[in-house]
Amino acid sequence: MIAYVVRRLFSTVVVMAVVAFVVFSLLYLTPGDPAAVIAGDIATSEDIQRIHQRLGLDDPFLVQFGRWAGALAHGDLGTSIFTNLPVAQLIGQRVEPTLSLTLCTLVVAIAVAVPLGVVAAAKAGTWFDRAVMAFSVLGFSVPVFVLAYILIFTFAVALDWLPVQGYRSIHEGFWPWLRHLILPSIALGTVYVALIARMTRASMLDVLAQDYVRTAQAKGLAPDQVLLGHALKNAAVPIMTIIGIGVALLISGAIVTETVFALPGIGRLTVDAILRRDYPIIQGVTLIFSAIYVLVNLAVDLSYAFFDPRIRY
Amino acid sequence: MSKGGGYRSIALIGVLMLAALSVAPIASGQGQTVLRFIPQADLRILDPITTTAYITRNHGYMVYDTLFAMDAKFQVQPQMVDKYELSSDKLTYTFTLRDGLKFHDGQPVRSADCIASIERWAKRDALGQKLAEATDSWKAVDDKTFTLKLKKPFPLTLEALAKPSSNVPFIMPERIAKTDASTNITDATGSGPFKFVKEEWVPGSKVVYVKNKDYVPRKEPPSWAAGGKVAKVDRIEWIYIPDSATAAAAINAGEVDWWEQMPPDLIPVLAKNKNVKVENIDPLGSMGLLRFNFLYPPFNNQKMRQALLYAIDQNDYVLGIAGDAKNGHPCYSYFTCGTPLASEVGAEPMKGKRDFEKAKQLIKESGYKGEKIVIIDATDQPIVHSQSLLTLEVLRKLGLNAEVQAGDWGTLITRRSSKEPIDKGGWSIFHTWLVGPDVTSPAVNFAVRGNGQKAWFGWPEDAKIEELREAWFAATDPASSKKAAAAVQQRAFEFVPYVPTAQFILPTAYRTNLSGVIIAPMTLMWNVEKH
Repeated sequence: MIAYVVRRLFSTVVVMAVVAFVVFSLLYLTPGDPAAVIAGDIATSEDIQRIHQRLGLDDPFLVQFGRWAGALAHGDLGTSIFTNLPVAQLIGQRVEPTLSLTLCTLVVAIAVAVPLGVVAAAKAGTWFDRAVMAFSVLGFSVPVFVLAYILIFTFAVALDWLPVQGYRSIHEGFWPWLRHLILPSIALGTVYVALIARMTRASMLDVLAQDYVRTAQAKGLAPDQVLLGHALKNAAVPIMTIIGIGVALLISGAIVTETVFALPGIGRLTVDAILRRDYPIIQGVTLIFSAIYVLVNLAVDLSYAFFDPRIRY
Repeated sequence: MSKGGGYRSIALIGVLMLAALSVAPIASGQGQTVLRFIPQADLRILDPITTTAYITRNHGYMVYDTLFAMDAKFQVQPQMVDKYELSSDKLTYTFTLRDGLKFHDGQPVRSADCIASIERWAKRDALGQKLAEATDSWKAVDDKTFTLKLKKPFPLTLEALAKPSSNVPFIMPERIAKTDASTNITDATGSGPFKFVKEEWVPGSKVVYVKNKDYVPRKEPPSWAAGGKVAKVDRIEWIYIPDSATAAAAINAGEVDWWEQMPPDLIPVLAKNKNVKVENIDPLGSMGLLRFNFLYPPFNNQKMRQALLYAIDQNDYVLGIAGDAKNGHPCYSYFTCGTPLASEVGAEPMKGKRDFEKAKQLIKESGYKGEKIVIIDATDQPIVHSQSLLTLEVLRKLGLNAEVQAGDWGTLITRRSSKEPIDKGGWSIFHTWLVGPDVTSPAVNFAVRGNGQKAWFGWPEDAKIEELREAWFAATDPASSKKAAAAVQQRAFEFVPYVPTAQFILPTAYRTNLSGVIIAPMTLMWNVEKH
């Protein structure tokens, strides 16, 4: 197991190096010039050229890449072209809102979806099952921003129960923190509830049809014990896979939610950086995302061994 | 392990991750008067000299002060300056600073700070460069008195030092103003009525200012950027909300107090709320424009450019940009309508019923051979996008081979700097808009210039317009200035460096518990009270 983990961690470094090169190359080829954005609307070509030279954007590709990779090797993600603040600091400012949103969404998704899926499987073919499936279809179909606006209008504007936008650090208190995350988590989490509930139901139905479940039932075990003790644990591997993918997607997929609810997270940082061509930020965030994806995948793979003792690494 | 242990592990990891967060606590502003404001854009660059971005200019007005300022009657008034004198030969100005001026770091404002700041500004700003051309030397007499010695009389000296919009000659400490004029400063220490709180700055989300308790305002009432700058709230938070529907909901719910610029389609939504006031506080508005590429056919031909003057209907552009005729009007002038130099001299082709036959005749006379016309568009900028679509319709009605190539603003402003032909990524037309103060005279309206490769994107070259512009600089009184500006405009309507498309307003919205919002072409936040 340890050798496997070490191997996977080493592969993370390789993946990140490849990602770094590919992203740098793509940005180099993408139309857009941060110097033009910095100069503003009332600039001349000379102004832009001057800024271009100052930023070293006139240098050949390999020189620019070498400069960036050299700094990266020393743990320096660079400095934002616009704000002149270190990229690590800018990402650091944004980690908490994104992490909070991801965790709350995950909690909402798992807490709602897994029981829904389990019960829907246990009551397959009943009205409850159909209702869960109908909700799943709806959850998949409604775009996040539409649901977000409905939630904002209903719970923030009309009822005035929750804030429209913004984020409060957990250091300012648990309730202010949670209040600002309830609506974004529901908006973002609904699609994951739909996804995980369907997957849980399908996986449970498969397991419930197995011989050992019939044996457990024949032994006279209580239905709850059969469902939770025997079936759910064996149905967990595909559920964990989909949760793992969900975590990875959540981190980057929170962009729309962060924009609508004005949460200062990593998603918005990335979009803003792309729009104004702030290359060091785009490169820094992409690297971090790639590392997170690889590590989440590793965690999911390791969790298989926990849920299914037959799996060995 | 018991059942459900996997989920408990995930929850535990989550709790541990949250516990490990080490973000510093954010000052809540409790017990203070906090004004929450949604700015027009995200503040990314702190240096109001290296960029002309209006959001950075507005930031500048928060933290810096100016030697002079223009008031609502277009008169230059002393601001940091207490008194000044001009020698009888009109070659030497002597300025004396007011008492009690201090920077946010506690240091007094000295003559050396003012001179370094003006010299840095003059390296970047077009009007500043004209002043620099006429300048022999700046000299500090003592810490509060300094002189400007000119090589030749420059009648616009005080107007330059009171320039209200980008780039504004803000005064910074000498140690900061000595920074190269192309390098962004990162220290926002000024002497203005508010202090920038760098520790709380989250680019893309929040900017925080606190009242500068050491600021000594002038006694006069505020008028544009002139007069007393009295900070009446303790703390101002600029909360950038990129989504306009969310911004509307936030001000409706009272989470924010003031929304600087709202899209016209949301005006009816906010107008229904009796606790929100939708108002036009910008007396000059903004000017839309259609810019040609003069380097390649077909718009390197004057008759092709003139043809559009006969075909474009500014009323359509007003509606396209502002959504409602109440929020704009045609302005047949190269200088902001409502300002002293505005006139309709030479504007006959743009006025009245549109004459497509005349336009087509001019196109024929130009020898147009069906060359492709590319309008570069930015779909993320509604003001640019609506103009692009309207222009496309006009060009097609004229039978021209035109197309829109859409991208985002970042792509447009990069592509417009390309001097390549269309088949190599060049362009024929782009649209943008300038705020009213940036188009009030031949000195600040850079788009009207004809200085070729040194001109703004499009690079028009016209010696005559440059000559007339120089003549305007030499004008010594308001009457001769107006006459000289009219001559510039007459030539502009012949040469057509660009087509003015509309004058429009983007209204502001604020909660009714605010008062004292200053009517000015820039957003100014002193004098505003929150009840």
